[in-house]
Amino acid sequence: MITLSKLAKTFQTRDGQVTAVDHIDLSIEKGEIFGVIGYSGAGKSTLIRLLNMLETPSSGQVTVAGKNMNELSGKGLRQARQEIGMIFQHFNLLWSRTVADNIAFPLEIKGMPKSEQKKRVNELIKLVGLEGRGGSYPSQLSGGQKQRVGIARALANNPQVLLCDEATSALDPKTTDSILDLLVDINKKLNLTIVLITHEMHVIRKICHRVAVMENGRIAEQGPVLDIFKRPKEEMTKEFVKQVTEPEETEEAIRHLFKDDGIGRVLQLTFTGSDAKRSLITDVVRKYDVSVSILQGKISQTQHGSYGSLFVSVTGDNQLIDETIAFIRSQQVEVEVIHGE
Amino acid sequence: MNKILAANGWLFPNVNWENMWDATGETIYMSVIALAFTFIFGILLGLLLFLTDKGQLWQNKAVHAVTAAYVNIFRSIPFIILIVLLIPFTRSLIGTMLGPSAALPALIIGAAPFYARMVEIALREIDKGVIEASKSMGASNRQIIFKVLLPESMPALVSGITVTAIALVSYTAMAGVIGAGGLGDLAYRDGFQRNNSDITLVATIVVLIIVFIFQFIGDYLTNKLDKR
Ligand SMILES: Nc1ncnc2c1ncn2[C@@H]1O[C@H](COP(=O)(O)OP(=O)(O)OP(=O)(O)O)[C@@H](O)[C@H]1O
Ligand SMILES: [Mg+2]
Repeated sequence: MITLSKLAKTFQTRDGQVTAVDHIDLSIEKGEIFGVIGYSGAGKSTLIRLLNMLETPSSGQVTVAGKNMNELSGKGLRQARQEIGMIFQHFNLLWSRTVADNIAFPLEIKGMPKSEQKKRVNELIKLVGLEGRGGSYPSQLSGGQKQRVGIARALANNPQVLLCDEATSALDPKTTDSILDLLVDINKKLNLTIVLITHEMHVIRKICHRVAVMENGRIAEQGPVLDIFKRPKEEMTKEFVKQVTEPEETEEAIRHLFKDDGIGRVLQLTFTGSDAKRSLITDVVRKYDVSVSILQGKISQTQHGSYGSLFVSVTGDNQLIDETIAFIRSQQVEVEVIHGE
Repeated sequence: MNKILAANGWLFPNVNWENMWDATGETIYMSVIALAFTFIFGILLGLLLFLTDKGQLWQNKAVHAVTAAYVNIFRSIPFIILIVLLIPFTRSLIGTMLGPSAALPALIIGAAPFYARMVEIALREIDKGVIEASKSMGASNRQIIFKVLLPESMPALVSGITVTAIALVSYTAMAGVIGAGGLGDLAYRDGFQRNNSDITLVATIVVLIIVFIFQFIGDYLTNKLDKR
């Protein structure tokens, strides 16, 4: 659906050249939710703005829905943009228009007759769950509701692709979740391709199928979300994964326990996919004469199954503990001994 | 009724109400017509200033520089001098230098650049993100101007035209000097020169009432339009 090849963007600034996007090759499939994560200044916004030519590339190619975007201009480009919806961190609604008129705006641009506009606007209001608010002005809405208007507006012309530039960064966690749920819902209902950029791994974990980690204008690492969670290669990717799996206090709390003499061996078990729900611990204590205590655990849900990590301490006969570890490994669960011999 | 008339004669012995009424009509005529043209030309000039600036839709250094120079020069010339400078132009356009219509060219040429700056500031206030969002939806420049820039800045455009309207009323008073008529002319010729201070007083009060009415209408519309 989207193909980038050797895409680069360099800005001329007073302080010299800034390469915001550095020869990126990327392809995104139809119906996929593709996430791009990176720290501030990595070039994420520039990358997403290159997709609909809000930024003109310095070099390279952008193909969206079979159209070579960088060869279009004038009317052709405007028509191609109608196939690509976009939502923004700060919503960018027209405050002089009501919710319904904001949603009708792209329809007006396209030149849809007024009577049809009304019907379409009503469908969209329903789709994003804003029934009864069509006559309100944006200033009368909460942030989450404003973003719903933004989504309805972006979907008005039945685009093939939806671009989301930090669409939830201005929202609180609960509202973020409801907007993310809406995006997943739309993705399934309309088989819409979604590209979203964020600096929160939580967002990637919750809705993306694949993710690219961006650093200094390049893609450092990319792959299916679950794989990236399981086996992050780059240091930065590991940091992002930790955002979700290991809240900072976990490590501290566990290290604190190491001081106790009777702690035994401390293991970190990593589950992925369906085995996150299995009764592994029960199996272990039934089979081996060791005692297992759970120190800390967390399971996160992704679009392709769950991912979890569990910290346990195992005490008992050394020989038995070794056997226990071998058994757990044989169950396709990754084990790391983080304390004890 | 008789009592009121008697009080009138006692308070304002020299006021000829018919003249006062005519002068009021002339002042309103000059202000309103000039205001309508100022609104149109001011918005055109303001849009041109805004759109040709760096990073905007019609970015164009030369056009921007020329427009900015025009606006700055005509905004800086004192109105009384502008009228005199424009006498040949006005005569060729209107055919005479007498009556309220003769004041219109100078009023419009003086007020439009003044308003244009306010239009430019109003347009600058619009969030860049909104223009960007419109572009991302495939809007043409024309659609951006008429569906985004003007409607989004309308409250500021209206409050700007209110300020301009009040400035115009005071300009019309000066236009009296070249024989354009109006309340300023009346206050100067019949009031000051013939030492009838009651005429000056009444003319001033009427000017104030006109200003208050403009201000009231402007504030009302601005509030009604502002949905922020
Ligand atoms: N219009 C511009 N002119 C000059 N430099 C720019 C411009 N836009 C972006 N840059 C530079 O390009 C780099 C990438 O910026 P970009 O906005 O794409 O980062 P980002 O990953 O979206 O960051 P954030 O998470 O803070 O939004 C930065 O170094 C920035 O200074
Ligand atoms: Mg950004």
